[in-house]
Amino acid sequence: MSVPKRNVRLGIALIAVVLSALPFAVGLGMGNAWVRVLDFALLYIMLALGLNIVVGFAGLLDLGYIAFYAIGAYLYALLASPHFGLHWPAWAVLPLGALVAGLFGILLGAPTLRLRGDYLAIVTLGFGEIIRIFLNNLNSPVNITNGPQGIARIDPIRVFGVPLSKPLEIFGVHLPGVYLYYYLFVLLALGIIFVTVRLEDSRIGRAWVAIREDEIAAKACGINTRNVKLLAFAMGASFGGVAGGLFAGFQEFVSPESFSLMESVMVLCMVVLGGMGHVPGVVLGGLLLAVLPEALRHGAGPVQQMLFGRVLLDPESLRILLFGLALILVMQYRPAGLWPSATRRREFSKPGP
Amino acid sequence: MDTFLQQIINGLTLGSIYALVALGYTMVYGILGLINFAHGEVVMIGALTALAVIKPLAGAGLPGPLALLAGAAVAILVCMALGFAIERVAYRPLRHAPRLAPLITAIGVSMVLQQLAMIIWGRNYHSFPALLPATPRELGGAQITDLQIMIVVVAILMMAGLALLVNRTRLGRAMRATAENPEIAGLMGVDANHIIALTFVIGSALAAVAGVMVSANYGIAHYNMGFILGLKAFTAAVLGGIGNLAGAMFGGILLGLIEALGAGYIGDLTGGFLGSDYQDVFAFFVLIVVLIFRPSGLMGEKVSERA
Amino acid sequence: MKLTSLALSVSSALVLIACSKEAPPPASPPVTAAPPPLVVKLGHAAPLTGPQAHLGKDNENGAWLAIADANARKPRIGGRDVIFELLSEDDQADPKQGTLVAQKFVDAKVNGVIGHLNSGTTIPASKIYADAGLPQVSPSATNPQYTLQGFKTAFRVMANDVQQGKVLGEYAAKQLGAKTIAIIDDKSAYGEGLAKEFKKAAEAAGVKIVAEEHTDDKAVDFAAILTKVKSKKPDLLFYGGMDAQGGPMAAQMKKLGVKAKFLMGDGGCTAEFPKLAGDAAEGHYCSLPGVPLDKMPGGTAFRDRYKAKYNADIQLYAPYVYDAVMVIVDAMKRADSVEPARYLAELPKTAYDGVTSKISFDDKGDIKDGAVTLYQFRSGNKEPLETIGAAPVAAPAKPAEKK
Repeated sequence: MSVPKRNVRLGIALIAVVLSALPFAVGLGMGNAWVRVLDFALLYIMLALGLNIVVGFAGLLDLGYIAFYAIGAYLYALLASPHFGLHWPAWAVLPLGALVAGLFGILLGAPTLRLRGDYLAIVTLGFGEIIRIFLNNLNSPVNITNGPQGIARIDPIRVFGVPLSKPLEIFGVHLPGVYLYYYLFVLLALGIIFVTVRLEDSRIGRAWVAIREDEIAAKACGINTRNVKLLAFAMGASFGGVAGGLFAGFQEFVSPESFSLMESVMVLCMVVLGGMGHVPGVVLGGLLLAVLPEALRHGAGPVQQMLFGRVLLDPESLRILLFGLALILVMQYRPAGLWPSATRRREFSKPGP
Repeated sequence: MDTFLQQIINGLTLGSIYALVALGYTMVYGILGLINFAHGEVVMIGALTALAVIKPLAGAGLPGPLALLAGAAVAILVCMALGFAIERVAYRPLRHAPRLAPLITAIGVSMVLQQLAMIIWGRNYHSFPALLPATPRELGGAQITDLQIMIVVVAILMMAGLALLVNRTRLGRAMRATAENPEIAGLMGVDANHIIALTFVIGSALAAVAGVMVSANYGIAHYNMGFILGLKAFTAAVLGGIGNLAGAMFGGILLGLIEALGAGYIGDLTGGFLGSDYQDVFAFFVLIVVLIFRPSGLMGEKVSERA
Repeated sequence: MKLTSLALSVSSALVLIACSKEAPPPASPPVTAAPPPLVVKLGHAAPLTGPQAHLGKDNENGAWLAIADANARKPRIGGRDVIFELLSEDDQADPKQGTLVAQKFVDAKVNGVIGHLNSGTTIPASKIYADAGLPQVSPSATNPQYTLQGFKTAFRVMANDVQQGKVLGEYAAKQLGAKTIAIIDDKSAYGEGLAKEFKKAAEAAGVKIVAEEHTDDKAVDFAAILTKVKSKKPDLLFYGGMDAQGGPMAAQMKKLGVKAKFLMGDGGCTAEFPKLAGDAAEGHYCSLPGVPLDKMPGGTAFRDRYKAKYNADIQLYAPYVYDAVMVIVDAMKRADSVEPARYLAELPKTAYDGVTSKISFDDKGDIKDGAVTLYQFRSGNKEPLETIGAAPVAAPAKPAEKK
């Protein structure tokens, strides 16, 4: 594709303007709670991008992905809270979180290299549950994670010594904490997008796709499938670890209930609905599934009130109901996702065998 | 010693329940290669339907066992219809879709069924009336209720019946042929769609039976009861070797025993370092270890690399 | 569920009287054109959907009732007529949603917050309220951490796990005469927290803990752990968790022949418990923070009005929510201001006769001398046995402070 350089620059500038103006538009138009929704959406986008490497690129179905998010979050919580009296700075903890989560990714990946498809799904699911149960139980005999009580009073993330949790005045512009986090998350999400896009086009990225399409053929072509698979697990996990650390710093409280199986399923849905293996699709999926439920919560009640004169279904049941229906329908009519990559779309538009 | 015996009984009961649900998973997987994640929800619908039938009947003075039978019969019919509908609407159009599509659909179906059940039956836990004599029998110092005996027996009968069906009947041969290769089976005069639909219907009937058993045994039914149960049963099916009926039974019993004995003894064995709070960890840990050494489960056939 | 029979009664009547007495003084400003009534928004957060929705709805009902009562008194604060409004949000019992709801309240510039229901949402949200200087009174979050964070804005009107666990442990040892006790918890923040404090107190009272087992808050099968408990032959089994597990657990105890007394905290003190346990509930014990509604002035009236208005029994925490709202309203009156910054200073000085007990706060924001009442299930109903640690209610120790 040859797009004139000038247009690329223009596009980048436009995106930059939109992204920086977004919290103001949203915050002033709909309230800061929506900026907070955006913050969480960005975290989910990072998670979805990480899982996309494992599921979308390498084709390894992982149902326990949230474990890496949990590892990142707890690492941050333990190293930057009064729980152990440690207050490491975020710039040290976040990379460490990526590293530790990556190691856990390898730890999960190594023994499961021989497993395929559904067997891998159940093992990863079990792994995710094991991590959650350990987090929930490691408060006795030695109190490490504080168990189900969770860890509170976690240090906010500081950038150049400025805590992002406190509002900031810059050149007379008032920036609430949620805006500051938004900018940090946007930058990091862009970084992750950049890395992912570059990876996709690299030797490794192609090796992943080769494994996804036909592992034996990939092996025959001289790809070291073991290392390449492990790398997929490690990379995916490390993104999850970073997102987890950010979550802990942002929310300033972590407890095991935030890392349930349902969260893994959510992130998987983002990847699949958006378009497995296609970065823009995954970003869209993450954004949609993180923001839509909120919108539904606010829209569903009043709309029913208007139509039927009373609320027949409470918005939360309706939300999950619609969500389930959306999964079914998208799979029926757009099995490659809402925004699949061009190659995949071609593959799927072929008549079935 | 009586404690040990009691734990074995506990494990067998729990394991038989897992096995009943796992049989349904394994049937569908054996034919379609699809993890029907919604199977646990069918179990739940079965339980709540039976309850809806049983409550008025028992209230009207019908004897407990009869009410239980009536409830189970209605639940089986409802679940069969449900299973048929799920297959027809959600899974059949995806027969040739990429592998993940049916899996995601199954998760979607599971969410929809759970919410529908919640809308119909509400969020509260329902107590399931005690229909069989609840007074336990003494067995070497351990306690066992009639219902527990029944659960174990039903699970064994179901497995044996299914095995006969699959291995000894024309229908079973058609099922095996469809599992092997639907197109070629079609060329041989087997209506694959028909067989697959039938598999779902049978699996759902099993789910209904399991649901009634679970609720009767624990005296409780709830719209959320299917998910964890389904997950455990699925674990059991994989442990035994998914797609293999005897494997599902074996995996279920094994998982039940692991959980009961794990919860009962691991605390003492590890000097209190690990306790019953790690119950689920043992289950998953055993699963992972088994799969590392036998990637297709304890009784599963070795699949070629090119699955 | 839990409170059903308890009662809510208290104080609405009392409060009404007290308030009307206080209201007149500010009414003295020079006669000018009456300004339009000042709308004071109070935020209420609880899970209105999901597995705990029935408790959340109950909380919300309690809040609405309190708002209606407060408005019925035609309050005047700061020389203006005031109308209270409730902004009720669903936090789904999810910490992340909890912070979103908190942010929403801050955006909406509510004047105070009642909630949340769960400790898991209350704690992360409390940080946001503290940053915004917004007073928060939780009716039911019992995790001690909530008030240990050093936030000046965090209060609660229910005895925390330490307070309730202590009473329960001592009661098990002394009144129930247990020498050996087994403990099971559901590994949730609530169940585990309560079980831990129970254990401490029971051990301090000389009881031997013979087994400590765990389950989870979705479990239905307790046979394995109960068999283990049975082999240790305890006098009493304490379960830290909710009725949805406690009921079936009691039934399974009976089936397995575990002959121990069964004790639960507020999670098991519900009308649902005997339904789920069947006849196995007979003779079992549970506790609720506060004083039985029947013992509080106006308590039964509160229960009746709740029933009349919502055509349902009180589930559990509605009376505490009612008190939480009234505590905020009371502080606003004493400060003669609805501004969070102004009336926040009055909250620590609260001395208020609520429907659940007499409410005053210690320096952390916890309820002072939180009373706990023990109940026993008799033929499907829970009967109060005794109230421990209550300041005498019938005759208030000191009159409500007035300024």
